[in-house]
Amino acid sequence: MNAPDRKAALQGMGDSRLRKEDARFIQGKGNYVDDIKLPGMVHMDIVRSPLAHARIKKINKEKALAIPGVIAVLTADDLKPLKLHWMPTLAGDVAAVLADEKVHFQMQEVAVVLADDRYIAADGVEAVEVEYEELPVVIDPFKALEKDAPVLREDLAGKTEGAHGQRYHHNHIFTWDAGDKEATDAAFKSAPVTVSEKLLYPRVHPCPLETCGAVASFDPVRGELTTYMTSQAPHVVRTVVSMLSGIPESKVRIVSPDIGGGFGNKVGVYPGYVCAIVSSIVLGRPVKWIEDRIENLSSTAFARDYHMTGELAATADGKILGLRTHVIADHGAFDACADPTKFPAGLFHICSGSYDIPAAHCTVEGVYTNKAPGGVAYRCSFRVTEAVYLIERMVDVLAQKLNMDKAEIRKKNFIRKEQFPYTSAFGFEYDSGDYHTALDKVLDAVDYKALRAEQAAKRADPNCPTLMGIGLVTFTEVVGAGPTKMCDILGVGMFDSCEIRVHPTGSAIARMGTITQGQGHQTTYAQIIATELGIPSEVIQVEEGDTSTAPYGLGTYGSRSTPVAGAAIAMAARKIHAKAKKLAAHLLEVGENDLEWEIDRFKVKGNAEKFKTMSEIAWAAYNKPPAGMEPGLEAVHYYDPPNFTFPFGIYLCVVDIDKGTGETKIRRFYALDDCGTRINPMIIEGQIHGGLTEGFAVAMGQLLSFDAQGNIQGNTLMDYFLPTAVETPHWETDFTVTPSPHHPIGAKGVAESPHVGSIPTFTAAMVDAFAHLGVTHLEMPHTAYRIWKELKAHGLTH
Amino acid sequence: MSKKIVSMNVNGKKVEEAVESRTLLVHFLREKMNLTGAHIGCETSHCGACTVDIDGESVKSCTCFAVQCEGSEVLTVEGLAQGGVLHAVQEGFYQEHGLQCGFCTPGMLVRAYRFLKDNPNPTEDEIRVGMSGNLCRCTGYQNIVKAVQYAAKKLREDAHKPVTA
Repeated sequence: MNAPDRKAALQGMGDSRLRKEDARFIQGKGNYVDDIKLPGMVHMDIVRSPLAHARIKKINKEKALAIPGVIAVLTADDLKPLKLHWMPTLAGDVAAVLADEKVHFQMQEVAVVLADDRYIAADGVEAVEVEYEELPVVIDPFKALEKDAPVLREDLAGKTEGAHGQRYHHNHIFTWDAGDKEATDAAFKSAPVTVSEKLLYPRVHPCPLETCGAVASFDPVRGELTTYMTSQAPHVVRTVVSMLSGIPESKVRIVSPDIGGGFGNKVGVYPGYVCAIVSSIVLGRPVKWIEDRIENLSSTAFARDYHMTGELAATADGKILGLRTHVIADHGAFDACADPTKFPAGLFHICSGSYDIPAAHCTVEGVYTNKAPGGVAYRCSFRVTEAVYLIERMVDVLAQKLNMDKAEIRKKNFIRKEQFPYTSAFGFEYDSGDYHTALDKVLDAVDYKALRAEQAAKRADPNCPTLMGIGLVTFTEVVGAGPTKMCDILGVGMFDSCEIRVHPTGSAIARMGTITQGQGHQTTYAQIIATELGIPSEVIQVEEGDTSTAPYGLGTYGSRSTPVAGAAIAMAARKIHAKAKKLAAHLLEVGENDLEWEIDRFKVKGNAEKFKTMSEIAWAAYNKPPAGMEPGLEAVHYYDPPNFTFPFGIYLCVVDIDKGTGETKIRRFYALDDCGTRINPMIIEGQIHGGLTEGFAVAMGQLLSFDAQGNIQGNTLMDYFLPTAVETPHWETDFTVTPSPHHPIGAKGVAESPHVGSIPTFTAAMVDAFAHLGVTHLEMPHTAYRIWKELKAHGLTH
Repeated sequence: MSKKIVSMNVNGKKVEEAVESRTLLVHFLREKMNLTGAHIGCETSHCGACTVDIDGESVKSCTCFAVQCEGSEVLTVEGLAQGGVLHAVQEGFYQEHGLQCGFCTPGMLVRAYRFLKDNPNPTEDEIRVGMSGNLCRCTGYQNIVKAVQYAAKKLREDAHKPVTA
């Protein structure tokens, strides 16, 4: 075979090869947590509070226990002797496992019922009687900070110091800030132009199609605990479970099998998991807990709920001089936010975006309310969705104030290609970028000038039945958490890992510390190794998720898999490559310097007939290593990234709003993404489609709201907007490639970009449609009803 | 609760089991029959992850009792491949990258199977409407449309292939 054919046969980096994991999924042979059945397994279901804030006066288990098939009913009192009725959260707070004397949010876990099957467990739940004494409810985070607001966290009474510094009010959690307050205030004082806008990023929920669940199995004979779990971070869970239970970590095994979507929802440790584990230990039998959809939407980690005020200071011709923002962050009843320890507001300080802003400052204040605990990275790398929304909205607000074109103002303020690596006013060192080239590419592709001309013509025509809007967003994300000196989860540094073993007959197995939930790691990771080692990706087995076999890693969320584990994969492969080179030199009886690598073999320079393929080298590694060399051909690498990575994108959306009904048609959505090196273009494109669809849902219809009594509204699929194939627009994708200079294969991560970037693009388009009427912002979600009200307010409809 | 004997054909095989009246078909299939392809994504019959084919119609098996299927022909995703050969819809989803996490996929496949029997030459709009009873959170549907188009083409071509002796 010639060289190009040999390269194609590898199906390595850059190849849109079909996926290796598909075979089992298309035949219904996936292995999700609810597919798992163990001998003697019992089912667990949860008794939940109907009230948002109340004291528990009495729990009566008798009627439930009298039902044939009900085995046990556990409450906080049963967990107290084990000190497990409360558990630490990822944000340095504590959360109730089962409500201890009071409930803090509607649907909070109060008791668990164990029974022979799930139907009887549900019967048992209905039969448990709980007496409550209602307490005043706090839903509004601003009201929560008023002087005489009800006390929510009685367990924190008197604690003026939280995990992130001083607490100045009983419902206050933390105040965190970044940037230079003095320089920023000075910039605003002297700036010719300032703009300000209130921006709400409402509460939504990742809602993966598979809900959360676990099968916990404690073996009393061996003293070993195995738990199958919908977890995006199985190793961290193992460490936490060991610490909480006292079982040595070597006797705890967490297995994340096939996972039906995560999107950040499956990062946290939920009461259901803890209760299933405790129940299994107490009963000595496997315990299965699978939540239903209402439970998932009501009690598992929500996303956003950031009440932001954005301000920009600028020159009269649109050069930004300063950015200032203040956020009230509603964390619900317990701060269970999944963030690296030192960052209670995640990586929100990426909010200076793609722009060269000399002075910036942001402040985030966390607040308790009577809502489900959280929040979480909903496909957004720790608050990057909120940050990008803020800056992209504010740039448009400034553009409208100055009557400047929204593309022109961006070009004027972009970080220029020559400025990379670029240190932002918040201290992030952006690795690489070329925003101008990407923006020009998109504007050309959509014929931006023609679109603006069309819009102008339509605005001038009073008979035009629609309002046309053009939304442009030019975002930079920060992903790939992260360098251990800055990033840890509960004290464990956010490195990641890979171990690779090449077999004597030339195929290989590799395991990593991440866990795919649909991202295609079994294919893309094999492709990286295929190119590094010259072994076809088809015969490289990739395994993740079993803590007993996979090297320690921090899991998959925040677009960190390719940046961190992908780097570990390349580095491990290169260790093998280096050993293989020595072996090849020994077999060919030349010096290493006489060899060159070509696709799948080491060739003797100037003598193409003399070569050894990786396959031949593998065999030799197991039977003919040279003196002083260990047999075998394997390596492990733990990668501590030197920096985050900074993927970017240019998204443009055209909308046509029906003036009579407020219904919006997404006429066109053009998404250009730059994720650096592209491992599998087909898989990238699929991820983009999915992320854009999620973004469409968030911007146009998703909302979890609460009434004044704290009743959660919209927590079933009757109301929570998950678009079908009918509503979902057609997506156009494009790309540029600006590799990350610090990453071994130059890759940055991509899966969250479409979600992060698309949401402000939809809002930008909706606002742009009304911009000529003086509208500077419209709150999400942009439902037909809300838009109809806006049209009515402007006299455009009745 | 007392049990009833229910008898039906599942993927061409006769089955006879004792079930409670309240047992949903999806639980019967997943737990009694060990056919775990059909998944549960909601309890309000919106998501379609539980879709199976009963007597020639797409049915959400979470909204159907096992006892309602007495005497019926039930097809699940496990019954699509014949003699080790994947059905055209399965081939289509593989070729066109119509799946990511795989959770909606069995429901999509069984629905696409029935949709193409009812409409062998659909337009894109017809595909989107025809598949609108099945939710997906990963793919954004664009490649699912292409997968169904691939399968439609393959089924039409195979239908016109000459029959060998």
